[in-house]
Amino acid sequence: MSAPVSPLARFWAEFRRSPVAVAALLVVVVTSLLAIFAPWVAPQDPYDLTTLSLLDARREPGFVGSGGYAHLLGTDPQGRDLLSAILYGMRISLQIGLAAGTVALFLGTTIGILAAYARGWVETVLMRIVDLQLSFPAILLALVLVALLGQGKAQLITALVAAQYAYFARTAYGAATAERRKDYVEAALATPLSGRRVAFFHLLPNCLPPLIVVATVQIANSISLEATLSFLGLGLPVTEPSLGMLISNGFPYMMSGRYWISVYPGIALIVLIVAINLVGDRVRDQFNPRLRR
Amino acid sequence: MSGYVLQRLLQAALVMVAMSAIVFVGVYAIGNPVDIVIPPEATQDIRAATIARLGLDLPLWQQYLIFVRNLFDGDLGRSFIYNEPVLSLIAGRLPATLELVLLSVLSATVFGIALGVYAGYRPDSVLAKAIMAVSVLGFSVPTFWIGLILILTFAVNLGWLPAGGRGQTVDLLGVAWSFPTLDGLKHLVLPAVNLALFKFAMMIRLARAGTREVMLSDTIKFARAAGIRESTILRRHLLKLISIPIITVFGLELGSTLAFAVVTETIFSWPGVGKLIIDSIAVLDRPVMVAYLLLTTLLFVIINLTVDLLFALIDPRIRARGAA
Amino acid sequence: MAALEVDNLVTEFDTANGVLRAVDGVSFTLAPGQITGLVGESGSGKTVTGFSLLGLVDAPGRIVSGSIRLGGTELVGRPETELRRRRGAEIAMIFQDPIATLNPLLAIGAQMRMALEAHRSVSRREANARCIEVLDQVGIPEPRARLGSYPHELSGGMRQRVAIAIALLHGPAVIVADEPTTALDVSIQAQILHRMRMLADETGSAVLWISHDLATVSGLASRLLVMYAGRIVEFGNTAEVLRDPRHPYTRGLIDSLPGTVAAGEPLRQIPGGAPSLSALPPGCAFAPRCPHADVDCAKPVELHERGERGWRCIHPLGPERSDPFA
Repeated sequence: MSAPVSPLARFWAEFRRSPVAVAALLVVVVTSLLAIFAPWVAPQDPYDLTTLSLLDARREPGFVGSGGYAHLLGTDPQGRDLLSAILYGMRISLQIGLAAGTVALFLGTTIGILAAYARGWVETVLMRIVDLQLSFPAILLALVLVALLGQGKAQLITALVAAQYAYFARTAYGAATAERRKDYVEAALATPLSGRRVAFFHLLPNCLPPLIVVATVQIANSISLEATLSFLGLGLPVTEPSLGMLISNGFPYMMSGRYWISVYPGIALIVLIVAINLVGDRVRDQFNPRLRR
Repeated sequence: MSGYVLQRLLQAALVMVAMSAIVFVGVYAIGNPVDIVIPPEATQDIRAATIARLGLDLPLWQQYLIFVRNLFDGDLGRSFIYNEPVLSLIAGRLPATLELVLLSVLSATVFGIALGVYAGYRPDSVLAKAIMAVSVLGFSVPTFWIGLILILTFAVNLGWLPAGGRGQTVDLLGVAWSFPTLDGLKHLVLPAVNLALFKFAMMIRLARAGTREVMLSDTIKFARAAGIRESTILRRHLLKLISIPIITVFGLELGSTLAFAVVTETIFSWPGVGKLIIDSIAVLDRPVMVAYLLLTTLLFVIINLTVDLLFALIDPRIRARGAA
Repeated sequence: MAALEVDNLVTEFDTANGVLRAVDGVSFTLAPGQITGLVGESGSGKTVTGFSLLGLVDAPGRIVSGSIRLGGTELVGRPETELRRRRGAEIAMIFQDPIATLNPLLAIGAQMRMALEAHRSVSRREANARCIEVLDQVGIPEPRARLGSYPHELSGGMRQRVAIAIALLHGPAVIVADEPTTALDVSIQAQILHRMRMLADETGSAVLWISHDLATVSGLASRLLVMYAGRIVEFGNTAEVLRDPRHPYTRGLIDSLPGTVAAGEPLRQIPGGAPSLSALPPGCAFAPRCPHADVDCAKPVELHERGERGWRCIHPLGPERSDPFA
């Protein structure tokens, strides 16, 4: 008999078998690194107004600007180097996506497990609220919250979390309820161990697989939602251009042929989202026992 | 069965009441609405008069009650900005949105399910893999981006279709619709495709996942063992079995599509309710916001109700549970 | 004439771990009206054998070689359209868990009619009449009312009777039953077993009863086939095999039945576990667990046949050998 393999190693061995998923994971890792190290990698700091010159505005890719270097992807209406703007924009997108996703994960999981564990009227009330929210489209909720709370990173993250925690809650609740019914939980509850320990150490680990799947999807969704809101002018303030804002800035120029201002940030956004979704897809397929032949 | 229906109706009513209160409080409690309507230099008299006219000096709960009473009279208030009754404002733009949404949803569902079932039935075929690749794109790529690309490709570069606006309309039953005219259809195509793409991709994925699961199940094996023809199995077993998860998501996504119409209408300058709400949010035109949210909630509630009833029709186990 | 003749059937699976031979040269015959038991542990290949008979082996598995003759007609290698016509009509299958095999969204009558109309064109009235007939045959009370019932409204035992009824609709020459009573209560099991015996006698169908439970099979089947790691290791008349087993594995199976041990005594087990098909030893597959094994057992072992009896062992148990696991 071979030595026992850890679940993570097993998971990775299976994951490796899909070239698409591995490629997607690579893309996610690379873009994340680029985004984290943007201040060092980007040729220009797009927030530093002193380095901007309107003479450089709306120039095509390859144009050598007043900074003395070639703008590989062109410039935007404010004269910002598009490549740098995209890198910083991805940084913001990832920041917000991860922040919103993580907070929603914690909030939703807590609610879901609490509902499954507490049962009774707590369960009913909590899940009714969650269900109500699930039937309300995320974008509408986010729109209204942003409108009410005003613009800013914290407000945006709050809106995104409010729009998405329900998915986590429902998933955690479903998994926890199924686990709760299992004999080992009843057995654990019969011991002097406190209920909270049972919930934490027994229910939680078994709910993790579906939650991880939802998390990857929701992070991609957060990024997409934030971009949409920014595009509509309701996202982050103009001073911190996310990819969505860059795209919306370039929208009026598309008709006149200056497509790069919108297209390149758009491609960056798409690549990021699609990569995350592909990874999430693979993870989901791996966790689904019913698809195993 | 009737107990089930009654229960659902009651829930729906409760939801409407709760939502109306939440929406009203949420929208009216934040900030001072007067500041949008009157310029900052206005005198105190004008300010007081405006407040009195719009009823903004009353306590919130009184405003809410007046609001509810007006609701039953069919009066949803007057827009702060357009100074028009909100109801007529929304009613005027609703057909455009409905047209767009219905066309999108129908085409997305029909084609999505067809392709998805094929992809699930023959998962290893080249076509199936291509379908799945396309679905990942349709699913991940934000709607507004697809809209941009569509405009760029078909309107700017190829010049085949118009870049925005609604086409020629025809009066049917007293309402202006644009789909009966060729010009109207030309204007409908791009926004409808844009709006449909997400749902299309979702339907494909759902249908495929459901089909794969069902085809590997014992029910299908047993049917095959009985010598039943494949086409019969697909028709009578598969389609029925995947309809439940599909209808669930269909209902949810219908609401989502209605919401995303907001984005599509903005990009394509489609004169629908969605564009109205974006503009209203930007200027905090509260009556319009409240009315729109209530309308949307009502639509969702109706959709959920219909979905629940459809379930009961399809799945005998739900009928049995409901009657208990 | 035999209802079914299987000759050297080989079914393989193409997996990530290599090619697995789930059925390795299995041969047997089924006579009309006779119930034959196919006994083995999980992973022994008994279920795959059953599916192979119906041509229902899913990819990545396939029948590699051998012959399956149904009423004299060869089935292996025939096109799917032809196999489909025989499935359900000439050879039928009953599965283990009827809650999974019956569609919860369709009424019983609808599902039965589907199975009937697959091979015959009948009017609705004729179809219902035939359905009621078979439902009655399997002992379901008020069969006409049951046509409109849904699977979740019936008990487990009832559902399995419905599955058996569907198998009987066309009066097949062969019925393959794959663990049909495993999911049922013991008391219901007994009823179903009794009913199956009656049906085999009445209809003259040959029944292949696949199970891991030697106890139930021995009460029902007149002939026994014992399977291990894809091969038949012993076969013969049930009473004879039970009284006088020749293969050590068979002996082990019999001994692990609770009834063979006095109360208070520890239950007997066969040491070791079922072998993985990807790591089979050369020669006798049971050798690693067998106390009698020696060097000669590492060479491929043929089936020794003596009339209606047979065993695949070069050191068979006999009257002269006592219980090897004592």
